[in-house]
Amino acid sequence: MNQWASLGEWLAMGGYAAYVWPSIGLAIGTLVVNMMMARRRHAAALQRALRRLAIDGYGEA
Amino acid sequence: MATWTWFHKLGSPPHVYRIAGRFAPWFGWGALLCIVYGLFGGLVLAPPDYQQKDAFRIIYVHAPAAWLSLSCYTTMAVAAFVGLVWRMKIAHAAAAAIAPVGASFAFVCLATGSLWGRPMWGTWWEWDARLTSQLILLFLYLGYMALRSAHDDLQRADRSSAVLAIVGVVNVPIIHYSVYWWNSLHQGATVMKADRPSMPSEMLVPLLVMFLGFTLFQLWVLCTRLRAEILERERNARWLQEQIRDGAR
Amino acid sequence: MNAGERAVPTGMLAAGAATFRRDVVLAFRRPGQMLQPVVFFLIVTTLFPLSLSPQLSQLRDISPGILWVGALLSSLLALESLFRADLEDGTLEQWVISGQPLAVQVLARILAHWTVSGLPLVAAAPLVGASLAVPASAFGTTMLVLGLGTLCLSGLGAAGAALTLGSRRASVLLSLLVLPLAMPILIFGARGVDLAILGEPTRGPVLLLSALTILTLSLTPWAAASAVRISLE
Repeated sequence: MNQWASLGEWLAMGGYAAYVWPSIGLAIGTLVVNMMMARRRHAAALQRALRRLAIDGYGEA
Repeated sequence: MATWTWFHKLGSPPHVYRIAGRFAPWFGWGALLCIVYGLFGGLVLAPPDYQQKDAFRIIYVHAPAAWLSLSCYTTMAVAAFVGLVWRMKIAHAAAAAIAPVGASFAFVCLATGSLWGRPMWGTWWEWDARLTSQLILLFLYLGYMALRSAHDDLQRADRSSAVLAIVGVVNVPIIHYSVYWWNSLHQGATVMKADRPSMPSEMLVPLLVMFLGFTLFQLWVLCTRLRAEILERERNARWLQEQIRDGAR
Repeated sequence: MNAGERAVPTGMLAAGAATFRRDVVLAFRRPGQMLQPVVFFLIVTTLFPLSLSPQLSQLRDISPGILWVGALLSSLLALESLFRADLEDGTLEQWVISGQPLAVQVLARILAHWTVSGLPLVAAAPLVGASLAVPASAFGTTMLVLGLGTLCLSGLGAAGAALTLGSRRASVLLSLLVLPLAMPILIFGARGVDLAILGEPTRGPVLLLSALTILTLSLTPWAAASAVRISLE
């Protein structure tokens, strides 16, 4: 921790802020987008399956 | 006999659906913890590199992204092989589920490599061996996904893209080494590979934790997307109706 | 495939030879179609001097690249139709039910395709090379590596063509599938031409390219055969 004098210095990344932060941001963004897409796909598939179940009826199984 | 039971169970959608659902949260939270710690360790705790100063911190996302894109391709090819040889539909579903993830991280690896190259090499793009073979890997992913989407019939899409994945995975090492060979002829050792002493542990540990975190993330995405694929593919199966009616999702 | 009056030899090699003969005969009946890739090769390689500079010394430096990109694109042209007509008229089904190993048939098809599309490119290579200021001493190696490379490409292309059977927009898709896999061929082949132009020993790239060709020809027929089976299901 001792290497960063202040938050501003940390954000400046020794002058490489313009390269470091977009990289980190892109990676985190891709992680988040992948996560959301996976969750949304699962949720949508589950919704469809539930709707089918509601139409086909509960009685038959 | 007993050693094969687990393998056959892996072929059964209900079993996989339940197992994937049970493990997914562990993978997910594990990935979150590892990535948060890895980023903290890499961006805050680790000392700057003696040569590249703070620009080297891009490695904490660049290298794990490269690893993930390769490991997704391997997973895909192994799943494709299992699907073709043992006619296991669930394996095809897994291959289909993991391809877009691998492609997106191949892209992240390229983009962060470019962002890293700009201050280090002075250009956005250098025909560096590792970046070039990563680019070809991205093309292989795009071809795989294009082939999959070009077939209307799901079975045919599964099986032909599986053949392509296997052809691709045989080719990956050849491409890799040919690109290295080509690169070493045309330029000396790359800047990034310059005579670096081995990393001190305060740099290395966060990196390894990031690798672990990305791997866990891959497993989480695989579980979740596989569950979605199973729900789509098995929508008429009775077990599925019973499963979701009982509230176990 | 008319059996004719003579006693017909049977067995997988005979079947492969029959396929090879049939393909080559069919191709030679339409010489115009056969020459299209060569004409394309000549045109593409003409584009480079026009778009870059007519200075021969500069052209010589980049001629391996021009030759190889031209050859790569030209052999892609002929690939799409590799199995298509046979899928439509049922020949592929005959292959499958003939009881002969499908991979051998596919290998015969690959060799025939190379004979009618790869060899003309090889024959045209000195012409193109001369126009790009490649010294005559390098023609031999250039033709050798182009021959090996196009053979390798025919193998990869057969797998690609079989995989895209029955899919939409097959020709673009085929290039998308085959070109990334063909990069090692391009690397070794262009390097071989490069060394030949410089008058240096070309053993390394030639041997690597030969190894790659042998590997490709021993594996891709199986991949293409399983892809053909999938498309017939």
